[in-house]
Amino acid sequence: MPPPPCALCTTNRAAIVRPKDHSKLCKSCFITVFETEIHHTITSNNLFHRGERIAIGASGGKDSTVLASVLKTLNERYDYGVELTLLSIDEGIKGYRDDSLETVKRNATQYSMPLTILGYAELYGWTMDQVVSQVGKKGNCTYCGVFRRQALDRGAARLGIQHVVTGHNADDVAETVLMNLLRADLPRLSRTTSIITSTPSTSDTTNIQRSKPLKYAYEKEIVLYAHHKGLDYFSTECIYSPEAFRGSARALIKNLERVRPSAILDIVRSGEDMAALCGPAPAHAADDGGGGCGRTESSDIGGAVAPGLEVEITSATVQKRGKKGGVAYVAPRQGKGQVMGKCEVCGYLSSQRVCKACVLLEGLRKGRARRGVEIEGGEGG
Amino acid sequence: MGEKQDIKFTVEFLGGLDMLFRSSKEELSMPTKDELSGERLVLSHLIQALADDGNRIRKPGTDRKLFVQEDNTVRPGILVLINETDWELEGEEKYEIQDGDHIIFVSTLHGG
Repeated sequence: MPPPPCALCTTNRAAIVRPKDHSKLCKSCFITVFETEIHHTITSNNLFHRGERIAIGASGGKDSTVLASVLKTLNERYDYGVELTLLSIDEGIKGYRDDSLETVKRNATQYSMPLTILGYAELYGWTMDQVVSQVGKKGNCTYCGVFRRQALDRGAARLGIQHVVTGHNADDVAETVLMNLLRADLPRLSRTTSIITSTPSTSDTTNIQRSKPLKYAYEKEIVLYAHHKGLDYFSTECIYSPEAFRGSARALIKNLERVRPSAILDIVRSGEDMAALCGPAPAHAADDGGGGCGRTESSDIGGAVAPGLEVEITSATVQKRGKKGGVAYVAPRQGKGQVMGKCEVCGYLSSQRVCKACVLLEGLRKGRARRGVEIEGGEGG
Repeated sequence: MGEKQDIKFTVEFLGGLDMLFRSSKEELSMPTKDELSGERLVLSHLIQALADDGNRIRKPGTDRKLFVQEDNTVRPGILVLINETDWELEGEEKYEIQDGDHIIFVSTLHGG
């Protein structure tokens, strides 16, 4: 049975079934509809303003490559008047990031965008390869996650840019919603569902805004868009967490999608509705549950190990909100009355005296020193 | 009897699946009908043949599970394109493979 004609142009053969509504479209109508929907997301949420400089967090993977391509197309088509630049973070993992950075370099040429690559080595004095040689393969995702959270902001601040866009898609957001439900972490759920988050940066005057223009785009459609447009992207898996994408929340999402494709956007919308119930999302460091690397694993560990990063919702404010809404609710894990301040060491936003990244770095330095002593003392094994 | 014909078609692995298989793109030749059952060659036969071929998958023990589930259906999150068309429009596993077809398996599961 040959495929039916496209539901929009009615002339070409359909080549795609859209997960959100089962509509059957031809290649060119799909590409137009996909782009138009992203445009709608951008305009209805007022993501950009004319003259704004925007850094695209680029990994060379499908999501950020599609984001860069679509934003370039839309900026020209609808005359947003924004200035786009690519910002890549090099975690310093040989055999993993090297190839994808080569892809980003080609993308920079293909899309005529400037590219800045900023390394963990330069930012923190440690590559992930060095971190792993120190702490081992277990638990290294915690370091990577904490470092990455700051890295894009610091990179943007260096470029004098106040807005970073990331390639988080609907599947990523749905996965994060489920993860936060499983952890009973409503405050974090509220932040991760919002399309724009604001991260106070290292300097007093600048606030870095984060947004996710692909928030309502299915991963399936992102891959098909990249495929049918012939985009140059690189698929890989982190050598230190090779099975990260087997995460159970991810598998659950994909299984749900197979049974009922609209489930993914329904979870995203449910997340938004639940977030609305607990009041406006506070301006805060975004939690990038999905995207990039060891997704579920790192956000899992991050959630348990690094509560210090999400503290401006104090238990006092949450409880007050809970009373208003008539729901008894006790904030999980948060200490009492913590106030957002600046890290004494690096100046980054922190609820503690010293931010999580600096705590981890201090631990690494001590470990290095201790190891040095051990070796000198001849303690083998 | 008699009707023992082979068809040729191309199979390609993309989006990270190319790391699972020794060859990311190759032309295959398979009989149109199964000798024993007499069944017409459909996509589910091809998928099982690919998954069971220990020479094709780099690490048969672990990587097979990244391609198919226990019941030999393609793992959710892997898209299948038949001549650039979503296999959902072509009958999915029941699609009868034609001579000259280009079948693409593309993973959405891998990261950047």
